[in-house]
Parts: sequence; structure tokens; C-alpha cells
Amino acid sequence: MTTVVPTRRRGRRGVLGSAGLYFATAVCALLFLVPFYLIVRNALSTDAEITGENWQWFPSTVQWGNVTELFDDPTVPFGRSLGNSAVVGILHTVGTLLVCSLAGYGLARIPYRHANKIFYAVLVTLMVPAAVTFVPSFVLVSSLGWVSSMQGLIVPGLFSGFTCFLFRQYFLGFPKELEEAARVDGLGYWGAYWRIVVPNSLNFFAAIATITFISGWNAFLWPLVIGQDQEAWTVQVALSSYMTNQTVNFHLIFMATAVSILPLVLVFLFLQRWLVQGVAQTGIKG
Amino acid sequence: MSSTPSTPTTPSTSSTRKGVRGSTLSFWIFTGPFLVGLVVFVYIPIGWSAWLSFFEARYTVTPDKFIGFDNYKLMLTNGDFTGSLVTFTVFAAIIVPVTWALSLGLALMVHRLRFMKAFFRSVFFLPTACSFVAASLIWKMSVFSGVRFGMMNTVLGWFGVENIAWLADPNPPWYWLVIVTVRLWLQAGFYMILFLAALQNIPPVLYEAAAIDGARPGWQTFRHITLPQLRATSTAVILLLLVAAYQAFDEFFNLLAKTTWGRPPLVELYYTALGDDQDYGAGSAGAVILTLLICMVTLLQGRFLGFGKGEDAR
Repeated sequence: MTTVVPTRRRGRRGVLGSAGLYFATAVCALLFLVPFYLIVRNALSTDAEITGENWQWFPSTVQWGNVTELFDDPTVPFGRSLGNSAVVGILHTVGTLLVCSLAGYGLARIPYRHANKIFYAVLVTLMVPAAVTFVPSFVLVSSLGWVSSMQGLIVPGLFSGFTCFLFRQYFLGFPKELEEAARVDGLGYWGAYWRIVVPNSLNFFAAIATITFISGWNAFLWPLVIGQDQEAWTVQVALSSYMTNQTVNFHLIFMATAVSILPLVLVFLFLQRWLVQGVAQTGIKG
Repeated sequence: MSSTPSTPTTPSTSSTRKGVRGSTLSFWIFTGPFLVGLVVFVYIPIGWSAWLSFFEARYTVTPDKFIGFDNYKLMLTNGDFTGSLVTFTVFAAIIVPVTWALSLGLALMVHRLRFMKAFFRSVFFLPTACSFVAASLIWKMSVFSGVRFGMMNTVLGWFGVENIAWLADPNPPWYWLVIVTVRLWLQAGFYMILFLAALQNIPPVLYEAAAIDGARPGWQTFRHITLPQLRATSTAVILLLLVAAYQAFDEFFNLLAKTTWGRPPLVELYYTALGDDQDYGAGSAGAVILTLLICMVTLLQGRFLGFGKGEDAR
């Protein structure tokens, strides 16, 4: 019924207007895709083609050999950094979800005298973004001896006040009746949480997991500070090192970029539903 | 509130009383790991760094020479640090309104599409998959490469324009164009999603009523219906953009490596604390100053703009 109103006014002007709209949108979309085109073109070309006298839109022969050359390159341990990023990304996501969802549920549902005060102590940390306190965090982590280590990369990032806050808000809106039914069946908080609450919240968990994984994979400042040895580089630190290297191999640099983006493009294509949900959840409350 | 069972506000049936008694332990089992981590990795570092900021702490994090506010004096009279705050201000003054306008514009366009809507939404959203490092690399090595085969220089060359050293020369400050466009490309799609969600929540009745009242579609309805209805989201987006700009590090660090210009606060702090000097005292003082500044901003925005208000409107 409501959709009738805008369509009724469409005359010839409406058709022209909508053609204009599609034209404008398509131009914007092309501009947004240019950087992706550049990655693919440069990654599959030779350096001679990239730096050549005339602009070449496509490589004359697609250089798939660039992939193996990238992983065989001894100057930057790219394969290793890719593995590090995968481990960090997955453990960061699993850990954050576990720790923050439990805390969020506790704060939302389990009655305790000082729960409010504790919640305020969590809220206060939201005022200070983690990036701003990287010097203090580095001081602490280095005195624990965690520089250039996996735990140094992962553990300090697990305790996100913001994620805990999101889970608390979500659990406040979770239907109480379901939990009460579980209680009647003799389950405690722990049992009700794992058997009733979590299985009924998988959508929300998936949305937060997607967002958390992306931010973990793309994080740069903290991995840069912690990854002082090449062994502990994540893929972002490796990419960054290409930019300051003495020798510039364009095709390798762009192949590295392409490989580093690929996992997330796959996440985007296949998990977009949860991603959009996650953005809406985290963004609005932000 | 006391834990005694006879609180009048809560209905005290025997079953809930039992639940309350066992619940203290449960509460700590659920929240304990998180709270311990929060204390160790958030509260202790901030406290430690507040303490360090009063000491001379070069190359050490357990100093013994108390120097009062000297580190603060050093940072606040240090042209590099205050300059970085100016850089941030300029950056925020450009990036916040531009991203707001572009993401709103994209959302309005995508919202009006009748077919291929999901496709275009995905295209604009896709750059969010890129990291700032990857995007900086594309921008520095290809799009805004200062050499002849850089994309922009190639395009300008077709019109007979000389090559421009986008990043290597601060006069004229072309590097701002590079810095702003890279963040714009990365972020616009993210905020577009927020605006799209908000646009979908505007009741169509409002547009019908406006049409009956003689408002012409286009600017009039946008100005008097759409924009006011998006107020809450707009406010949230502007605040998110501001906080994100405050934390800008990745693209400045990578695009302007080895330069002395265009350093926002976090980059400056990085070189102070983790550069050659390893001055943790001054670095900590800088971190404390930045923390206080952002707390002030957060409190002010809460006061003047009010998330509570925003939620009522939604």
C-alpha cells in the first residue's frame, strides 16, 4: 500500500530521474571499485608492465607465477605472517566472544549487590579508546615479557568493554521466559546459559564474531608495537614493511596486498548478512 | 539495595530468594575472567602510565627519578606534540563533514534504487574489508604514486598536467588529498549502512502527509522530513567519525613514513615512546593528555547531544 505513493508520481520525468539515479550510482560504484581493479591488475602483471611508458589496462599475460614468487621471497616472511594473522584473528575472535559474552550475561541477568557499580567501571573504559593507551599497554606487556609473542598479540585485546556492553544490552532483551523454563527444569545459570541462551542467540554471536574477526585481521598499531621480531609479524605489519623497503617489487607488493585482502573479501561475500547486522548493532550503539 | 530477602521492591517468592543466594558465586564465575582482564590490561596500564608520567623514564619502565610535571611541560611546550593536535583538528574538520555527506549521499541513492539495490550496497560496503595498511599501500604505490606511472598522474598526464609529488612534498599540501580520500574510501560504506538502516525506519506515512501538504519531492521533503528523521543517526555517525579520527594512525604512519609533516597525535606518541629515545615518561604524559582530552570530548558530547535523546527519537 505504502509503495504506491512514490510510484504514482512517476511520469516521463520519473523515468529520466531514475535513469539519472542509476547513472550516478554506477559512476560512484566504478570509482569505488578502481582500487580493487588496481590491486588485481598490478598483482598479475610484471614490473615492466606496471611501470611502462604507456598505461596498460590489463597484463598481456596473466602472471600467476607471482603467487609462488611472493611466498618464496626471503626478505619478508609473508607466509609466516599470514599464518600469524590467521591464528591471531581466530583466537582473538573466539576469546573475545567467550569472555565478553559471559560477562555481558552476568551483568544483564545475574542479580548481585554491586552489579551496577561494576557495570559503571566497565562503561568508564568505553570513554578511552584502546589505541590512545597503546604506550601504557606496551609498558605493561613488555614487563610481562610478552613482546613479539602470540599472547602479547592476542590477550590484551580480549577484554573489550564495548563488546561486553553490546552483549549486556542484547541479553537484557533476551526473552526471560525461556530462561525461566530452563530454571524450572533444574538448570543453574551456567546450564541455562549454554543450553538455552547461547543456542538461541547464534545470530547475534555470528554478527559480533564477523565484526571482531575483521577488526582483528586489519589491526595494525598494536601488532606493529608488539611484533618487533619478524617472526611475530602479522600480515598488516608485513604489508607495511613493503612500503619502506629499499627495493620495490611492484608485482610482489600488490600480490601480497591481494592475498591479505582475500580472506576478508570472502567473509564479505559469504557472511554479509551477519556483517550488516553487526555493523548496525555496533554502529548505532557506538 | 541490600541483599536481605525482605527488600520490598522485589517480589520475594521462595524460588527467587534461593536464586539470589546462589547468584553471587555465579555472578563472579560469569564476569570474573572479563573483570580480571579489564583490570590487568586496561586499568593497571592507565594507572602505571599516570605514575610513569611523573618520572624520568628513558629506556626503562621502572624509573626512580621523580620529576613532577616536567614531562607534561615538555610535551605541552613541544612543538611536535602540540602541532600534532593541530594536525588532528585540521584532519577532523575535513574528514568528519565530508564522510558524513558522502555516506548519507550514497545511502540516499541506494535507498531509492528499485533493482540491483543489494549489488550496489555491497560495492560501496566492500572497501570496509580492506585494512588501512592495504589501502595506504594502494594509494601510495598506485593511485597517488608521485611517479609518472601513478594512476592520478597518468590521468592528469592525458590532460597535459605535469606529474605531482603527492606525498613527498608538503608545499602545496597535496598529501591531505591522499590522506582524506583513503579514509573516505574505506569508511563511507560503513556509515552508509547505518544511514540505510535509519532510512528504512522512517515511516512512509510522513512522506504521504508531506505530499498532501504540498511539499515537493526532492529538496523540500529531504530538508523537512528525511534530515530531521535522521537526526539521531547523524549525531551518532558524527561522533563515531570524530572518535575514529582521533585515533587515526595507520594511514598517516604508512603514507607519510619518513616525513616530518602531517603527524597526528598517536603517530607523534609512537615516535616519542617507541622511537630512538624510548622516552616512556614523556610518552606516558602524552597518553594521559590524550586520554583526558578524549574523556572531555565524550563527556561534552554526552551532555550536549545526548545519546538518550537520540534513542527517544528513534
